[in-house]
Amino acid sequence: MSKASVPYDLPDARGYFGDYGGRFVPETLIAALEELGALYAEAKGDPAFAAELSLLLRTYAGRPTPLTFASRLTEHYGRARIFLKREDLCHTGAHKINNTIGQILLARRSGKTRIIAETGAGQHGVATATVAAKMGLQCVVYMGEEDVRRQRLNVLRMGMLGAEVRQVSSGSKTLKDATNEAIRDWVTNVEGTFYIIGSVVGPHPYPMMVRDFQSVIGKETREQVAAVASRLPDLLVACVGGGSNSLGLFHPFLDLPVRMAGVEAAGYGLDSGRHAATLTLGRPGVLHGAMSYLLQDEGGQVLLAHSISAGLDYPGVGPEHSALKDSGRVSYLSATDNEALDAARLVARLEGIIPALETAHAFAALTFLMPSTSREEIVVVNVSGRGDKDIETLTAGAEAAPVSVRGRVPGSGMRNATAGGGVERGEPIRKGGPAA
Amino acid sequence: MNRLERVLTGLGKAGEKALSLFLTDGYPDLHGAPDIVRTLERGGADIIELGMPFSDPLADGPVIQESSTAALQNGVTLATVLEDVRTIRAGSEIPLVLMGYLNPILRYGPGRFFTDAASAGVDGVILPELPVEESWRFESSIKEAGLSHILLVTPTTPGPRIRTIDGASSGFVYCVSTTGVTGTRTQAAGEYLRRVRECVKRNPLLVGFGISTPEDAASMALESDGVIIGSALIRRLRDGARGEELRSWVRGIKEALRVPPPGARFAGSQSNPPGGRA
Repeated sequence: MSKASVPYDLPDARGYFGDYGGRFVPETLIAALEELGALYAEAKGDPAFAAELSLLLRTYAGRPTPLTFASRLTEHYGRARIFLKREDLCHTGAHKINNTIGQILLARRSGKTRIIAETGAGQHGVATATVAAKMGLQCVVYMGEEDVRRQRLNVLRMGMLGAEVRQVSSGSKTLKDATNEAIRDWVTNVEGTFYIIGSVVGPHPYPMMVRDFQSVIGKETREQVAAVASRLPDLLVACVGGGSNSLGLFHPFLDLPVRMAGVEAAGYGLDSGRHAATLTLGRPGVLHGAMSYLLQDEGGQVLLAHSISAGLDYPGVGPEHSALKDSGRVSYLSATDNEALDAARLVARLEGIIPALETAHAFAALTFLMPSTSREEIVVVNVSGRGDKDIETLTAGAEAAPVSVRGRVPGSGMRNATAGGGVERGEPIRKGGPAA
Repeated sequence: MNRLERVLTGLGKAGEKALSLFLTDGYPDLHGAPDIVRTLERGGADIIELGMPFSDPLADGPVIQESSTAALQNGVTLATVLEDVRTIRAGSEIPLVLMGYLNPILRYGPGRFFTDAASAGVDGVILPELPVEESWRFESSIKEAGLSHILLVTPTTPGPRIRTIDGASSGFVYCVSTTGVTGTRTQAAGEYLRRVRECVKRNPLLVGFGISTPEDAASMALESDGVIIGSALIRRLRDGARGEELRSWVRGIKEALRVPPPGARFAGSQSNPPGGRA
């Protein structure tokens, strides 16, 4: 793809974003993908579909989500004004519900009664279980064993919502393997099953469809920035795993003079071999039905990704991001596990917002991005999700929370004690969280 | 005409059904395949499909998944697969077909890979992740290398599309017996096979997925030119079957395919000379 062509009118009819995308799936799924493409095209042209989607986004998901001025974070960097697009305030706590509402309406149109999904951090699984419950449809969610362990809260939520969580113990036991298993389920049960993919990945039409459903983020942002500043933002920042929250924010701005930065997970560091920086260090290849950048070894075997964030722990990325990388339209950076943890703590202290670990990577990149901005400019960070699910990871290894204890501390008489500063002879409170 | 096309044409003329056996290369031992293939050939296998292992075999059921993982742990690569092909070819003219996922081939370089495969002695390729719409990518390099390109049809493939796939295939058309991954129990109904048979006019039709017993094989062969068995063989290899045990298992299936069931006809013998496409 040439640098001059901006891929905002993509994909083409075959599902390509320049060299990326397409439909690399077993023949059994082709008919279902054709059917889905036709169903989506028909729904897009149907005012009743748009009306119902809009009603549910407003009255169920809680849209529009606010745009918050991050005054203290702005002060911290002393450069451009920073605004936060608050997807963390969506029902279920992340942007994922924007897409699952859209797809469940398509599922209902299709007449299929069984819903399947893959999930990494569990946010897409929860968002799918949520809309399946709302529509009264059966729901099966595939989740890697490793993710079941580190995102326990979301596993409990899915159970409460009536979904069946199937733990996947093959390969890296994370999102990649959960996706393999969901595709195997779909191949087997394709007749009655609707597969709700959670990111801008997979075979055509999923990358396009998920992007379209998530574009509500960027559309609202554009209006909200215009309302407070009568202009466009200058820089958009979002984390990239598969890439749905970032593309949702970026897409409505692709043909406008707005800079964009996608932030991948650098895990233990780009040199460590243990990261999920697909666009930064991967090479084009085919996984899960699309041609896109991919972390792979010399023999073309897919490498295990690593990120402290389950939602970014994926060796692939959406094909449209690959095209946007090659064209140079979007800059792709990365942040390490530790940088993300530090950023999450900073944002919690300065803005009173505990971001999801995924989102924390976007915040971490501000350290690199803010120095080159000016005070007149506006930066928007997509707060893709809230950090409740990550609270154990976020607080593990941290200094004990300063817990003020009023009253009699055993053996120390009447005093105020602060655990973080050391409770004299009292049990210090460490590693907050219900399981600690 | 390559070995695959010659063999299928010969079987067709003789009114015999083809038995194609799939095994994962590099499993259970890195270079164990040539010995196993020799045994299978002696038992009566007509065609051998060698699986090229991939880290994410999303079209495969648990048996082939496990064999792929083990093979990768043994250090299998496309280069070691081609070594095995050369070893097999040194002592046998049995048709060899490679089956695998796209990414290792993309990384190797598709043009170079198909040329190297052909010169090692491969006759055809099956790429289950490459539907007919995407086959333009490799079509010319597969053809130039003189390899057959075997495409798949499934119970969800509509009639007109089956005709398109038949037109784009060479060697044979792979009829997937059921919706599902490899090893899923077969549920192919005669009606489905007859529908496919009516649309596949240019190529022989071989049925695979979930065929494990001589009875399965015989019943699938009624409306086709032969059968493909994979998971059932891998299970035997996993459980240590070798030599005479393996040979007699193959013989049993081959014999079941030879017994002409009452009223059976050979579907591909009259108007469709197999391998008409170079």
